[in-house]
This record gives sequence, C-alpha cells and structure tokens, in this order.
Amino acid sequence: MLPGFPHAMPVAGFIGGLMIGVAAALMLLGLGRIAGVSGLLARATGLADGGAPRAVAAAFVIGLPLGAWIVAQVHGPVATTFPAPLTLTLGGLIVGYGTRLGSGCTSGHGVCGLSRLSKRSMIATALFMASGFVSVGLIRALGGM
Amino acid sequence: MRAMIALLSGTIFGSGLALSGMADPMRVRRFLDLFGAWDPTLAFVMGGAILPMALAWSMQRRMAKPLACNTFNLPQTQKLDGRLALGAVLFGIGWGIAGLCPGPALADLALAPRSALIFVGAMLIGVAAHRLTTK
Repeated sequence: MLPGFPHAMPVAGFIGGLMIGVAAALMLLGLGRIAGVSGLLARATGLADGGAPRAVAAAFVIGLPLGAWIVAQVHGPVATTFPAPLTLTLGGLIVGYGTRLGSGCTSGHGVCGLSRLSKRSMIATALFMASGFVSVGLIRALGGM
Repeated sequence: MRAMIALLSGTIFGSGLALSGMADPMRVRRFLDLFGAWDPTLAFVMGGAILPMALAWSMQRRMAKPLACNTFNLPQTQKLDGRLALGAVLFGIGWGIAGLCPGPALADLALAPRSALIFVGAMLIGVAAHRLTTK
C-alpha cells in the first residue's frame, strides 16, 4: 500500500520489475541481444527480416505466457480487466504498426534502451509515455474512463 | 542451448509482468490516467527493471562476447528521425486505448486468452501492415 494511492502495488511492482530486468540482462549477457518484445514477436512470426534467429525469438515469445501461467499456478489468480473487443482491436492495430515504425516498445526502448542511455530510446520513451497520457486524458474527457 | 536461454529469459520476463500487475490492462490505464485515481505502480516496475539492466550494460562493455554466442548484436542506429518519433507517438496512443503493450499482451494469452487473442491478432495485423507499406 502506498498512502494516497489506493491501487498502487509498489513492492510487488518493484520485485516484478527486477525480474523483468534480470530477464533482459540474461538476453543481453547470454545471447548478446536486446529483449525487445515487439521485435522478437515480429521475428518469431516471420514478419521481420534479420534480427535474432527465429528459434531464439520464438522461444522468448513462448516464455512470456509460460511465465505468467506459472505465476497463476504458484501465486494464485492474476487479476486482469480488459476493455471491450473493439477497443482491443483498435489498440492492437495501432500498437503493432507503431512499435515496428518506432523500432521498439516498452521493453526495447523503455527497459533496455533507457538503461543503455540510448538517445533514440530516451526520445521514444518520452514520446510514447506522453502520447499515452494524452490519449487516456482524451478518453477520460470523452467519458470513456 | 541458445533457445533454452531465450525461453528462460521469456519465462522470467512473463513471470515478472504477472507479479508486477503489468499484465492487467486496467492498472496500466490507471497509470496513464493522470486525472483519475492515479496508480504509480508502473513507475516502480520500470525502476526495478532498469536497475539490473544498468548493471548488465556495465558488464557488457567489458565483455568481448556474450556468454553463449560469438558476437553482440545490438542496435547501432543513432539517427533521430520522423519514423522513430511517429512510431513512438502511435504506439503510445494504442497503449493508452487498450492498456496493453506487446509483452503484457503475450503474457495475457495464458491469463485471459479470449481478450488477449483479440489484441495480439490485431497487433500482428498492424505489424504486417507496417511490413507491407515500408521497404
């Protein structure tokens, strides 16, 4: 609990964050690659040329739901609340296109790029955070939150 | 061996997403909702993730090659261009609309497959659209 923020999970968030960082460090130091989910997904599905070997990309991508599944078995149900299918479709289309055009998402630019002090990633992260705040602000202004 | 390391990395990554609350689109939207009941959890996740990675980059700079491969294959581009900016802005819009980015969406395939499949399917169409429209 964090005073003033009824929904916050600072401790679980930080511990889960450490695990994400350790996972990305394993990719970097073990395989010499960035743990960028959008790029690895495109590679695993044959929608990108170059990049990680396809088996490596596919193995990483399969690990994501596997890890979440293990947490649900060991730790109990993981709460998720999703928006309506039409909202998911619209969001998914834009995320897919945008992450490829911008060469990365929260993992590649946010976690790996910021910690590398990459200027491209700093700019990308600042922009996607800002546009995320603005788009949710607009949705709220239009009565959608 | 290499695929096993990638599988282990993905599994730890997915576990971290589920434990941290980032697999919940509502929580992510509450982080992006500055004018609502703001939920700062995502900032703690980011902080937690960047710490081990900062250490890893400092180790990487002193390594000739990765532990299980012959070379580092890291992005070398330094160019700050319109594609980077437009792509990031678009990604942020979609992230705000759905409360999902690629990692959590894939992790959610195990937690809420029906909703996650809709988003992941649409996301792959977006990825394919980018591939078809750019050279």
